[in-house]
Amino acid sequence: MKNLVTLVSGLLFGFGLLLSGMANPAKVQNFLDLFGTWDPSLAFVMGGAIAVTMPGFWLVTRRSKPLFNTVFHLPTRTDFDMRLIAGSAIFGIGWGLGGFCPGPAVTALPLAAEGTLIFVATMLTGMAASKYLLNRQDNRV
Amino acid sequence: MQTEFTPFLSLLGGGLIGASAVLLMATHGRIAGISGILSRILPPASKDQSLPQGLIFLVGLLLAAPLWIVMNGQAPLQTVSTNLPLLALAGVLVGFGSVLGNGCTSGHGVCGISRLSGRSIVATLTFMSTGFVAVLLLRHVFGG
Repeated sequence: MKNLVTLVSGLLFGFGLLLSGMANPAKVQNFLDLFGTWDPSLAFVMGGAIAVTMPGFWLVTRRSKPLFNTVFHLPTRTDFDMRLIAGSAIFGIGWGLGGFCPGPAVTALPLAAEGTLIFVATMLTGMAASKYLLNRQDNRV
Repeated sequence: MQTEFTPFLSLLGGGLIGASAVLLMATHGRIAGISGILSRILPPASKDQSLPQGLIFLVGLLLAAPLWIVMNGQAPLQTVSTNLPLLALAGVLVGFGSVLGNGCTSGHGVCGISRLSGRSIVATLTFMSTGFVAVLLLRHVFGG
């Protein structure tokens, strides 16, 4: 049951990305291209998602615990550090250049465009490299 | 290249993404952050018990496009750049940056903003701005 629910949430997420146009890099880049072929659709994707998650999260986290877990794993940090800013800035540059972020790239993987395959391979490499460096830094302190 | 403005489909698709995130929160108590789920399955190994569930979620993501083709009889509309070195660079930046910044469009942009997390709002404004600048340079300055 637990695994089925997780599988269904993955499917829902993927379908949402495909339906909304987020899995189409040209559409993502057009959202970011205010002075060119601007396509505001992506704002509606975020709007539609937040319209569901904002009341949804509030409602479900009022329960004492999730259905299949003992606690809610909610981020608690509130500080703004260089890692957050620099990481997000670097992420945004890549997002603009390729038109892909992690979810849509994984969803588009089975469509097997050459560019997607390369993007996912180097994205996973970048993630592992970042994780490795952060681990090393944490162990030193 | 022009893409069609699709407010209704995008709103509906966004709603599905939101529903998935709420489902994950209600059942597992976790944020649907794709960069986090991906990075946890990568080396170096972390002591995190959410790994098997993360893998199942990724299988769901990977099954969405094949299922779409079965249901609609055609692949979803998609234009991926054929500039492979550019996509290779973009991939490294997206991967490295999202792990360094603790999240991407899903974790910060959707889940974090709905929780009114200051960190996520700052992160989202940051990556939207640099994404905008990257497209500006790519399309209007270097004329890609």
